[in-house]
Amino acid sequence: MFQVRIHGRGGQGVVTAAEMLSVAAFEEGRHAQAFPSFGSERMGAPVVAFCRIADKEIRLREPIMEPDAIIIQDPTLLHQVDVFAGLKKDGYILINTSKSFDQLGLGDFVRDWRHERLCTVPAMELALKHVGRPVPNVPLLGGFAAVSKVIRLESVVMAINDKFSGKVALGNVAGATEAYNFVRVKMEETRRQEAAHA
Amino acid sequence: MLKQCEGSHAVAEAVALCRPEVICAYPISPQTHIVEGLGEMVKSGDLRDCEFINVESEFAAMSVAIGSSAAGARSYTATASQGLLFMVEAVYNASGLGLPIVMTVANRAIGAPINIWNDHSDSLSQRDCGWIQLFAETNQEALDLHIQAFKLAEELSLPVMVCMDGFILTHAYERVDIPTQEQVDAFLPPYEPRQVLDPAEPVSIGAMVGPEAFMEVRYLAHAKQMQALERIPQLAEEFHKVFGRTTGGLIHTYRADDAETMVIAMGSVLGTIKDTVDEMRAAGHKIGVLGITSFRPFPLTEVAAALKHCKRFLVLEKSLAVGIGGIVATNVRMAVTGMGLKGYTVVAGLGGRAITVKSLTTLFEKAGRDDLELLTFLDLDWKVVNRQLERERQTRRSGPAAESMLRDVGTVASKIA
Repeated sequence: MFQVRIHGRGGQGVVTAAEMLSVAAFEEGRHAQAFPSFGSERMGAPVVAFCRIADKEIRLREPIMEPDAIIIQDPTLLHQVDVFAGLKKDGYILINTSKSFDQLGLGDFVRDWRHERLCTVPAMELALKHVGRPVPNVPLLGGFAAVSKVIRLESVVMAINDKFSGKVALGNVAGATEAYNFVRVKMEETRRQEAAHA
Repeated sequence: MLKQCEGSHAVAEAVALCRPEVICAYPISPQTHIVEGLGEMVKSGDLRDCEFINVESEFAAMSVAIGSSAAGARSYTATASQGLLFMVEAVYNASGLGLPIVMTVANRAIGAPINIWNDHSDSLSQRDCGWIQLFAETNQEALDLHIQAFKLAEELSLPVMVCMDGFILTHAYERVDIPTQEQVDAFLPPYEPRQVLDPAEPVSIGAMVGPEAFMEVRYLAHAKQMQALERIPQLAEEFHKVFGRTTGGLIHTYRADDAETMVIAMGSVLGTIKDTVDEMRAAGHKIGVLGITSFRPFPLTEVAAALKHCKRFLVLEKSLAVGIGGIVATNVRMAVTGMGLKGYTVVAGLGGRAITVKSLTTLFEKAGRDDLELLTFLDLDWKVVNRQLERERQTRRSGPAAESMLRDVGTVASKIA
């Protein structure tokens, strides 16, 4: 079972992101379960949503306390919420920012982490560019597909078309695709650098 | 058709497939998405020959359902928590009058303190109201139980509550198999009322009954619930024939053969319990599960049979009968009277407190060693409780308890679970 925890703020589509991730996994014939942390879903308040992906029926109903991957939709949460709580060693981290892990002050934290599993992507900029609204959730899903390979970009596109239609769907598909390509290029660079160091 | 969707959406689709004629509801979390979905279907014309009535309160919702059901219309509503409490007088009337209304209860805690999260306090507060109460373990089961509920209700002229865990199920996206209209039509015949307010054949419904017949009318309600005990398993079988799925029934057991410890629960927590039991079985523990689907009528015989070979049972319930302990546990103890079993009551998950595999494993291991109090509050923060009790010992005007205890707990917005 692969477990993803998404952190963001009310209004950023955190819950929708988890739901769409589950739809993407479903489109690949897998079992998936998405659920919000419920309650404090006020605009701007810290929000958490969860998604489990597995090859058999998912019966577990507890919150995800030891995720395999963390998606952070708002980097300001790094100073407010213990977003990395329980993250499995060598788990995936994807952060919505144009900064690097070093610039975010996370350099020491991820020093001996597997670097090809860590990525930042300017999802907010991509959302503004393609959708015209500050909702980084869908571009992050595209980025997540690229960094984790747990789901395919095509499945994310199917999930987008399941949730949205018309111009909004088109914009989100463009945003997710650009984020996907951005992360792939960046991952390729990381791998080259690691190989050079080795 | 397989679909990945929210539990509320799955239930709205199921209800629509049952061809309801009147839907009346007042929004309250976590039930709202269900009736929102149905409202959209009525407005778009996807759900035809159905009137959606916005009412001004839950009391009105149940009152409208009573009126429309008495007029011969298949009637549906949904509620939760304080909403259910607000309609209670009408809830008793619906069952007392024998009107086959189906209502979803998206289970949620009852205040004060106000809390929107899940536990079973709301529907269990109505355990004696005369409604049938069925509890869903998954969204698939919630969907299926609604289809069975209309058939059961209308055959027996009794209202049915389908209970599903608020948020944990209602707001969870998971895979469901949504049946076709043809399948549902083959299973659920059109509503043929036993009594109907018809100007062409006038009757009155709701007579005042004095001591001369009140006992008999009340006994009839009990007799009907006993009929439901027979009918519920049959309906599950008929459902299986049409839909190919085993859902519903009175109880379900899991890995119960040779189990020395049996864990009993209702609703979605059964999934987490089953995962825990799988791990413990792998480690050699003889432990099994009994899930109760039908809380009313309560299947005394079936529960006793399921516990016949175990040494001890543990009832894990999301409810608290303040002043005694468990509600489900009290019912289970009635079922095993004279069987000489050790029994433990565990109150868990109140107001949305997460129930984790970790906590359950420790709990079940203790139960297996008979190292458990008769009544346990799972993951209770004793520090917070004792601090408040101490405050109340020290100071006469100790102030509002909930506010003080929240201050002791500190900020929660930054916590994960």
